[in-house]
Amino acid sequence: MLAKRVIPCLDVRAGRVVKGINFSGVQDVADPVALAKKYNDEGADELVFYDITASVEERKLFTRVLEKVAEQIFIPLTVGGGIRELDDFARVLGCGADKVSVNSGAIADFSLIGRAANKYGSQCVVLSMDVKRVNGKFTLFAKGGRENTGIDALDWAERGVKDGAGEIVLNSIDTDGVKGGFDIEMLQRLCERVDVPVIASGGAGKTEDFVELFEKVPGADAGLAASIFHFDEVKIKDLKARLEKEGIPVRI
Amino acid sequence: MIGIVDYGVGNLRSLCCSLSYLGLEHLVSGEREKLKECKRLILPGVGAFGDARAILRESGLDEFLIAEAQEGKPLLGICLGMQLLLQGSEEFGSREGLKLISGRACPLKEDVPAGFKVPHMGWNSLKFCKNSPLFKYSSEGEWVYFVHSFYGKGCGGDTLAVSDYGIPVTAAVGRKNVFGTQFHPEKSGSAGLKILRAFSEV
Repeated sequence: MLAKRVIPCLDVRAGRVVKGINFSGVQDVADPVALAKKYNDEGADELVFYDITASVEERKLFTRVLEKVAEQIFIPLTVGGGIRELDDFARVLGCGADKVSVNSGAIADFSLIGRAANKYGSQCVVLSMDVKRVNGKFTLFAKGGRENTGIDALDWAERGVKDGAGEIVLNSIDTDGVKGGFDIEMLQRLCERVDVPVIASGGAGKTEDFVELFEKVPGADAGLAASIFHFDEVKIKDLKARLEKEGIPVRI
Repeated sequence: MIGIVDYGVGNLRSLCCSLSYLGLEHLVSGEREKLKECKRLILPGVGAFGDARAILRESGLDEFLIAEAQEGKPLLGICLGMQLLLQGSEEFGSREGLKLISGRACPLKEDVPAGFKVPHMGWNSLKFCKNSPLFKYSSEGEWVYFVHSFYGKGCGGDTLAVSDYGIPVTAAVGRKNVFGTQFHPEKSGSAGLKILRAFSEV
């Protein structure tokens, strides 16, 4: 039986992890290698690094961060952010990434999914999508959720998988940031349509949200979150112990 | 010194990093002379069996690996590297393997029950079938990381461990000094590092 995965996501900018905005409006930062090590020690099943770089210089820092993490942490690493060309795949895979997640890059050029899957294998290509309900329909958004593409998100996922995406990250804009739990309905609908692993993202606020996810969406393979782990609101170790207690298979 | 056989397939960075982390000396090479000097060999690999097999044949590395294994040098195949040690593969047509271990690489899709996704990707737990020096530091039930669509079928007495995925999926094989893991020890956290350490001591 495969274990259900718990995945912390680290947003990296200028070589540092951006942990969010605190009460005084100042951005909090952390050392990515130290944070990655902490999560690894606590039992994270995979790490997602998201490159929110603004310049070429910062991108160099990002690849250096990735290299340093890959030297010390031996669990799967997924990289996303700014993946637009096959060269971007080569760049991050060369630094130690195992999987590469594409989002806006696939919206700009759909053929990227197929070309990457051909070259590196489907297991390497993760299709990440930001989805929001528009007039009751699950709709795909681009550019970090700012732009409505008008595309039906479930059709999009199905097309992506057909072309070679080996995994899907579904980020619900409707539940993101609310901390009221994952978007169970949206995830259920997606799992009916695709037969690759599905990673739930957006909405986790507490341990129970992960329990609910895995109990109500048997097709979900993993739950991803950022801030609740960064600020120790939920400790991965405690979360996994709780999941195990609920009879959900986890790696402990 | 551990020689990592470089035949142009797959990313060897994680494997090198994990051996460095364990303080184990290693080199990456596709040259027989250099690999011959090594005390142990690791045959990595991702991708298609047919392509990998063809490269090994063209470079003469196949004969070399068979000879080294027969002389008693410890050899560890990882993922596709493990499948190459088998008798053959049914991946896109029947092909011959290095025939150091029983069994053939067969598609998971035909054998796992409905509802089990292929590739078998993620963390699964080990169930030991036999005592092996490869598991000197491991415990039953430890979780290791898999990514594969084909698996070793019919490995019989060479099966060292399986993982449950609707069917018992061959997780590790071994015969004397030759070992193989379907999972990636270099991506399996501390459980994987223990297996690499054990291999460095067999």
